[in-house]
Amino acid sequence: MTKSLLEMNDLHVTFSTRRGLVEAVRGVTLSLGEGEMLGLVGESGSGKSVTGFAITRLLDAAGRVAAGNIRFRGQDITKISAGDFRHLHGAAMAMIFQNPRAALNPIRAVGDQIADAITAHKRMPRDEARAQALGLLRAVQIRDPEKRMAAYPHELSGGMCQRVMIAMAISCNPALLIADEPTTGLDVTTQKVVMDLLTGIAAERGMATILITHDLGLAARYCRRVVVMEQGRLVEEAEPLRLFRAPKHAYTKRLVAASPTASSRIEDLVPEEDRGREISVLAAPRPARAPGTPPLLEVQKIVKRFDQGAAAVADCSMTSSAGESVGLVGESGSGKSTTSRIICRLIDPSEGEIAFEGQSIGHIPARDFHRSPFRKDIQIVFQDPNDSLNPRFTAFDCIAHPLLRLSGMRPGDVLRQRVEECAQRVGLGLDLLTRFPHQLSGGQKARVGIARAIACRPRLLVLDEPTAALDVSVQAVVLQLLDRLRREDDLAFLFVSHDLNVVRMMCDRTIVLQSGRIVEQGESRAMFDNPKTAYTRELVDAVPHIEPELAAMAT
Amino acid sequence: MPAVGATLTRAGKRFLSSLPALFGVLVFTFLLMRVLPGDPAVFFASGPNAGKEEIEVIRKQMGLNKPVPEQLMLYLYDVGRGNLGRSMMTGQMVTKDLRERLPASLELTFTALLIALVTAVPLGVLAALRPGSIIDHGVRFFCALGVCVPTFVSGLLLIYVFYYLLGLAPDPTGRVDIFASLPPRQTGFLLIDFLLAGDVDGWWAAFRQLILPALTMALFVVAPLARITRASMLVSLGSDFVRTARSVGLPWWRIVVTYALRNAILPVITIAGIVFSTMLGANVLVEKVFSWPGVASYALDALLSSDYAPVQGFVLLMATVFVIVNLLVDILYGIADPRVTIG
Repeated sequence: MTKSLLEMNDLHVTFSTRRGLVEAVRGVTLSLGEGEMLGLVGESGSGKSVTGFAITRLLDAAGRVAAGNIRFRGQDITKISAGDFRHLHGAAMAMIFQNPRAALNPIRAVGDQIADAITAHKRMPRDEARAQALGLLRAVQIRDPEKRMAAYPHELSGGMCQRVMIAMAISCNPALLIADEPTTGLDVTTQKVVMDLLTGIAAERGMATILITHDLGLAARYCRRVVVMEQGRLVEEAEPLRLFRAPKHAYTKRLVAASPTASSRIEDLVPEEDRGREISVLAAPRPARAPGTPPLLEVQKIVKRFDQGAAAVADCSMTSSAGESVGLVGESGSGKSTTSRIICRLIDPSEGEIAFEGQSIGHIPARDFHRSPFRKDIQIVFQDPNDSLNPRFTAFDCIAHPLLRLSGMRPGDVLRQRVEECAQRVGLGLDLLTRFPHQLSGGQKARVGIARAIACRPRLLVLDEPTAALDVSVQAVVLQLLDRLRREDDLAFLFVSHDLNVVRMMCDRTIVLQSGRIVEQGESRAMFDNPKTAYTRELVDAVPHIEPELAAMAT
Repeated sequence: MPAVGATLTRAGKRFLSSLPALFGVLVFTFLLMRVLPGDPAVFFASGPNAGKEEIEVIRKQMGLNKPVPEQLMLYLYDVGRGNLGRSMMTGQMVTKDLRERLPASLELTFTALLIALVTAVPLGVLAALRPGSIIDHGVRFFCALGVCVPTFVSGLLLIYVFYYLLGLAPDPTGRVDIFASLPPRQTGFLLIDFLLAGDVDGWWAAFRQLILPALTMALFVVAPLARITRASMLVSLGSDFVRTARSVGLPWWRIVVTYALRNAILPVITIAGIVFSTMLGANVLVEKVFSWPGVASYALDALLSSDYAPVQGFVLLMATVFVIVNLLVDILYGIADPRVTIG
């Protein structure tokens, strides 16, 4: 056992809110050795980030350590003055944040920001600080570091910004590095590169690291020890191998089950006893289609150019039949969202043809498509359940809106019945219908979004990263719900996601996009198990799978 | 630097696109003046007992007997040649009058804006650093007071205290003491002209004349500037990059000034531009109270005596100033925020 660098004893953190004191962390006891890499895993509201911010004393003004202590190199750092703490910040402990672009000063060149971090602790001429900053940019493997010194954050990609953030954090060689969801919001491939870089640097410089994440797979891949938090408490602490093979605590069991892996099936995501009244309906076997029936959706060679730039989508063709689920994957900028928006007719393609049940819909301008009878048949579930609901509409209004606009229903008992039926189908309690979006949880908002999309009984549902903003346990329930709806209504899905494990479970076929072009498509499982192109292989390899990692670790 | 070039291009485009608006202002003011009641010919006739023929002669002299469209075309033709007409009040060309009086207004407004910014920004920052504290409430109270008290009241109050009671300020009449000698006119800004002439005593006298009206005007605009500084400073202080700055242990003042304030100042620039344009045209009350020979009081006098040419000239001048100030704000913004140039 190495010497302990950080020790927390019965740490309590409270936030004073309008509704009184809220306890975010309730008695966390944890220790971290020099150079150790610890994974702190939990869902939103588990208090994992708050614990990290409490250690570095970066809590919001409303939050404070109510009880317990945090010993850093034997010294209780909850007691020292703000002035003394400043000398710890950066020099002894540093943090890496979730949203790298927002975490950097937008109007200061990144080289200057790194130099600021250096001169905060060492007196030196500006030239020397800038020279050191350049060295750090090299250390975090930024291409063209000389040129990047003068770049502003908005000129860099998310991954680049995170590298700059890492450079700032390690500028004074702190002994402790806390990475708060460092790769959330980055592409899988970028995530792998950034995490490899981060762990490499930490190991090289002997920095102890706490990796705060909601992603069990990520923690398992990079950490020797994983701690699971739920509602402000530590519920389990173990090596990743044991944690995933034999979780002890009920919450950990649920979490492990809900985390999609390469081999998981939708049925396995939620343990039997939690499924409640959502009884799965046995779908009747699909009747074979009469030969000659046109496919539900046929897209031919669509191209989209924005302004004069390069094509965002180039020469993309696909078909989909009723009840089929097609996945669309790729990194950000691959054109998957653009493609999905063209298909659900929110934007117009520059070229190409879209046919729905044999009838051309590509020529109807997106602006007028709401008048087309096909609007009812093609509906969309948006990525962000918060922003895609009107804050002034109750859940009832949200679900009733498409019925009023597209199905020509009038307010009254029939409408009420129909909305309630939709709510029941998505498992939304009827008492929640009168609430406004801000009074609903993320999962409930996602259900409202889905209920709204299925209200008019569409034939094709376009799902744009429907679970990206949700916790894994909520995601599990929502995915099951979607799959059940698909079977019941013989709905076709176009499922846009960056999460390959989710797509593998949900979709019969998957299309891989890169820079607006289809690089590979085929039956989901077969394709991911045996990728034919280098790009798909790269994507598959970048996903932190739990099982293979554990197998590698065990040998 | 490409960034500067892009900013200038953008500013140039902005300027060109504002020309139609200027033309619109020109036509609109012209028509408005024709619609307003009051006949300038009657007003400028020798007296209340002037005969009908005399008025008719004056009307003919002024070209008021022609149809309005023709008058407008003549007017536009004159404006195109840089001739804004002749003031009936002063008997001088309007361009000359404005040229004489504009520096007085500009000097006053610039000084007032400077005072307002120097007061408002630190106040806003202080209030944002300790929201809900005594300082915050104090600043809020001060701002409310500044907005609530009309400028002619605060102006008279300042005169009462500093001139009448304390005797610190000179007579509140005009830009310099009537017996003092003016410096050779170079820029029209007395503070600069005195400096150029090397006359320190004169400079001090002009400065003492300027400070009370400038304070009066500043009081009125401190509130919007301080409030916007406070609001954007609060956003800035709560942002992720300030947290980053704290996490690497930057000194306190560096976080506040380089990280938070530099970002928070961006909206303040925009508001300052608007405030400046408003002050220049709307400070007529202050100019009246302090007998300041500025453009606003000139335009008001002209308006009251139905003197068309100066009012039209004044509105055109204000519109131009507004365009130029917006242009300056644009350029400043482009320099302060590297993100704008690509947007």
